[in-house]
Amino acid sequence: MPTRDELEIVALSLKVAFWGVAASLPLAIGTAYVLARKRFPGKTLFDAVVHLPLVLPPVVVGFLLLVLFGRQGPMGRLLEPFGIVFAFRWTGAALAAAIMGFPLMVRAIRLGIEAVDTRLESAARTLGARRGRVFFTVTLPLAWPGLATGAVLAFARSLGEFGATITFVSNIPGETQTLPLAIYTFTQVPGAGLAAMRLSILSVLLSLAALAASEAFTRRRGVRSDA
Amino acid sequence: MLEADVEIERGSFRVEARFASNAPIVALFGRSGAGKSSVIEAIAGLLRPRAGRIAVGGRVLFDAAAGIDLPPEERRVGYVFQDDLLFPHMTVRANLAYGERLTPAPERFVEARRIVALLGLERLLERRPATLSGGEKQRVAIGRALMASPRVLLMDEPLASLDAPRKAEILQYVELLRDELRLPIVYVSHAIEEVTRLADHLVVMAEGRVVAEGAVADVLSRADMVELAGRFEAGAVIEARVAGHDEAYGLTRLAFPGGELVVANVDALVGEPVRARIRARDVALALEAPSKASFQNVLEGVVHSVGHEFGAIVDVTLTLAGGERLVARLTRASVARLALAPGVRVFALVKAIAIDRRSVGFA
Repeated sequence: MPTRDELEIVALSLKVAFWGVAASLPLAIGTAYVLARKRFPGKTLFDAVVHLPLVLPPVVVGFLLLVLFGRQGPMGRLLEPFGIVFAFRWTGAALAAAIMGFPLMVRAIRLGIEAVDTRLESAARTLGARRGRVFFTVTLPLAWPGLATGAVLAFARSLGEFGATITFVSNIPGETQTLPLAIYTFTQVPGAGLAAMRLSILSVLLSLAALAASEAFTRRRGVRSDA
Repeated sequence: MLEADVEIERGSFRVEARFASNAPIVALFGRSGAGKSSVIEAIAGLLRPRAGRIAVGGRVLFDAAAGIDLPPEERRVGYVFQDDLLFPHMTVRANLAYGERLTPAPERFVEARRIVALLGLERLLERRPATLSGGEKQRVAIGRALMASPRVLLMDEPLASLDAPRKAEILQYVELLRDELRLPIVYVSHAIEEVTRLADHLVVMAEGRVVAEGAVADVLSRADMVELAGRFEAGAVIEARVAGHDEAYGLTRLAFPGGELVVANVDALVGEPVRARIRARDVALALEAPSKASFQNVLEGVVHSVGHEFGAIVDVTLTLAGGERLVARLTRASVARLALAPGVRVFALVKAIAIDRRSVGFA
């Protein structure tokens, strides 16, 4: 059975991953919609920027976050009066996770939206629905499989986030020390191989559970709309 | 009153159409690619014309000069698409309610119960679109469009993806709607039978332009229709009334000023107006009425014109006693043998079973 400390690490990791995904989901949906449906000058560049975290070394992302959102950084200073602090907090770990998972999430949601027949949207409009209503009643429900896939992919990616997190918010037990960071810490301590192994097994189980949940989610929804 | 005057550019394809009609059913007819769909998409607001004006019942939906361009959701135009386009994630009931909920109560003129009964949807309400047959889907799609209380119903080849029995079924429903709801309908089709049966006012399109427009019988009997509309077979349309049924032989007699037609049983009451389309290749001509022949229909007329005299086939247009037109497609050899020329008295022979039953419909 996992120890109390181990459970705390898992709980923190889940919290970081959950909020990372939940907070970035609306923006990801918006970005995916724009990429799937709109044509505008500079779209290729926009697409590239969205995908940047996928190709950049995570350490670079972490460093840029530190520069921008650190206490002395422009964004950090801007947000501090509102009580929003990212530096060396679990919220910073969530921000790092959100940014690293963002391209995966956008990609999956975009595919989901592109799979929705635009003529269904036209049909909804002739029935009197404004664009916003069409989006929430037709486009989004039908893009559901892409949405679920995107959220799970980003969640799993967040659970495994290491480089950007450790660079941006360091490795503080109980605050920013998520599963990968804890495993890394144990590998640096002589004789802690077993502890690292136990956490690694927990990590594998967690990822499997996330995948299974998404599978069940999509399937149930899929059956309902085909039946 | 429906008025459309649009100039549409779709890439390199240009569509220019202008027509106005008060008829219950206006048909846009022409082969695929003639620009019919572009015109009704423009009426629905799904496509923006480069110039022009569109008005339904005096309400301007689009006017390029005046800078009016209502979005589709404000046009109150019912649209039935070629492939039903029902919302797959909703039940039939939710599909039907979608537009109804978005219609302000004072503007609703249809009741859900009435539409459901009219289209026979009672037993489908809890089902999902994927479990419906093609005909059922199209009925639901028509119902969904009607529930938004539209001021005009646009139907874009609504029968194109259905088999023959389903086509006949939906056609009956369309006729029912016209009679029950008194809603103007714009019906787009490339099928001559559907157009003959349904339309009151016909707009023929070819290569992005309106090439003929007017009452169905007039337009379809024009000798140049073959060239104008292409593919479909030459023929004529006769407006008649049901004079009686011959139950024993399963025949129906149709009376019109210039004579009487016997056709295979038509499901209509005596006295009802109907339209029958007679294909040119089903009409034979004789200089004397045959005495011992199987032809049920022998119609007396005068040759009005003889078509192009080259090739093996010639279309001969007749004028019947009541002024109706009939077209006979003959070999050039026969035309020569009978010395057919304008003014010659002839008898047109038409087999009862040759009259396209699908085109016989309530006018």
